[in-house]
Amino acid sequence: MTRPGTISEVREAIRRGDRSAVEVCEEALTRIRAYDPALHAFNTVTELQARERAAALDRDPARKAALPLAGVPVAVKDVLCTRGIRTTASSRILESFVPPFDATAVERLEAAGAIIVGKTNCDEFAMGSSTENSAFGPTRNPWDRDRIPGGSSGGSAVAVSAGLCSFALGSDTGGSIRQPAALCGIVGLKPTYGRVSRYGLLAFGSSLDNVGPLTRSVADAARVLSAIAGHDPADATSAPHSVPDYAEALTGDVRGKRIGVPARLVDQGVEPEISKAFKAALDALRSRGASVVEIELPNAGAAIPVYYLVATAEASSNLARYDGVRYGFRATLEGPPRGGHHLKDDLLKMYGRTRAQGFGPEVKRRIMLGTYVLSHGYYDAYYLKAQQVRTLIRRDYETAFNRVDVVAMPTTPTPAFKIGEKVSDPLQMYLEDIFTVSANLAGLPAISVPCGFTTTNLPIGMQLMGRMFDEQTLFDVADAYERDVDWLRREPPL
Amino acid sequence: MAERFTRAQVEHVAMLARLELDEAEIELFARQLGEILDYAVQVQQIDTTGVPPTASVVTGHAADRPDEVLPCLDRRDALANAPDAATDRGLFKVPRVIG
Repeated sequence: MTRPGTISEVREAIRRGDRSAVEVCEEALTRIRAYDPALHAFNTVTELQARERAAALDRDPARKAALPLAGVPVAVKDVLCTRGIRTTASSRILESFVPPFDATAVERLEAAGAIIVGKTNCDEFAMGSSTENSAFGPTRNPWDRDRIPGGSSGGSAVAVSAGLCSFALGSDTGGSIRQPAALCGIVGLKPTYGRVSRYGLLAFGSSLDNVGPLTRSVADAARVLSAIAGHDPADATSAPHSVPDYAEALTGDVRGKRIGVPARLVDQGVEPEISKAFKAALDALRSRGASVVEIELPNAGAAIPVYYLVATAEASSNLARYDGVRYGFRATLEGPPRGGHHLKDDLLKMYGRTRAQGFGPEVKRRIMLGTYVLSHGYYDAYYLKAQQVRTLIRRDYETAFNRVDVVAMPTTPTPAFKIGEKVSDPLQMYLEDIFTVSANLAGLPAISVPCGFTTTNLPIGMQLMGRMFDEQTLFDVADAYERDVDWLRREPPL
Repeated sequence: MAERFTRAQVEHVAMLARLELDEAEIELFARQLGEILDYAVQVQQIDTTGVPPTASVVTGHAADRPDEVLPCLDRRDALANAPDAATDRGLFKVPRVIG
């Protein structure tokens, strides 16, 4: 069964007339039918809409030739609103929610000609690092189906890794694009905060949330970013900076680029095989003319607790909207309460029971934690304090970027772990994000690129972080590295 | 050793969060919230004297815009996902609050 190929491959085939948009679309749909029952990357497959849009492109050759993503099959994480297509956040509370509008990133992809083939599974409301927190069941890693694909954008990563589409959109609040990309052997980009509009992204932590691509090449990630980035009047935090053609500007030249490595952080708790692959990647960049410099990030150790205080506080506020009134699930008040005698009148009872039945355990845990840290008497000790340390973490990076052009580290401390291994210990699961949360706290762009495999054939990722709005340097360094290695040409056993 | 939340504390937070919790969840969260906050103690040990808080990393671009009336979501569309609505009258419906 043919893989639909990377964005470059699909565009080349369509331009040459080797394949029609409908043929490419059918290839993706055929692979989804064949492989997704075992992988569960998708919550919804939009077969009919995809065929119609592909056929419309084939009937309009001028448009098909001109649009940068024309005919390219894409999967969209189920936290991005798609008009007329169910958008669930992998939660019971939104199980039958059909948005009346498109997220801006989705609208821009479609305007660029991409064909949405479905909505991908994720941790409920993007809260998790394994995609096990989905109300609809876990997604499996195509490299080893007993293992998690990472999360929260696990379905998007698997759809791309298994070749069920050419690329996918994900969201990243603390590593949710980069970590699954690393664990599934593909490229994942978290853009600078504000680079891509968050309009239509179901909000989790509003000061941390980003929309970004998961792809099978660095150049593809650059192409997608050029299509979806840019100011949007519907998102007051979206940046007015102009959007370059990132892919066009790639040179493969990293001579003179300075790569900072926080050695002290990287030496702690990283599995030896990951450490080895990461060091080999640095050597490859050195041999292309980059220099590697040791840097200090003195507050990096506090990033996880700061992140979980800030993110849960914002989440508890954002998720207050799911109350069974305006959209989503509403519980009935028949039957005895499960508890909650503290909820007095019928309206309060309806809220309490709707949320009890609609949310899964991790979402409840984070709402509880966030509500607590924002509550009277604890705000200063937890939330305000965390925001102050967030400032210190930002300053660490500002200082580092005076000396270096990118900061490099492994994306994850371990390769993909077994399904069920960490579900009963939330703190262990949170520690999975040790290398990724800082980019969200500091608003910096960060990319994960494959940098090897373990002896048991599990993918390993390297993360590169850059200055705000300097995605170009990230793409340049990552693309130069990718030219030396063949990790992205390996395919998982299906 | 993690500081344990009391049952009353967990119920108070659950009330603020509008969550109906069962006995098992109250037990579980009393333990887990304590463990997670225990881990957060390392944040409180960092000296932040005179350090301003970061609520957002956005700086330098104003979000001001002219106050113009633009098209917005159709009322019927806005009500379409409601679990209970009086669509013709443009209302969301909720359980009775006032006796």
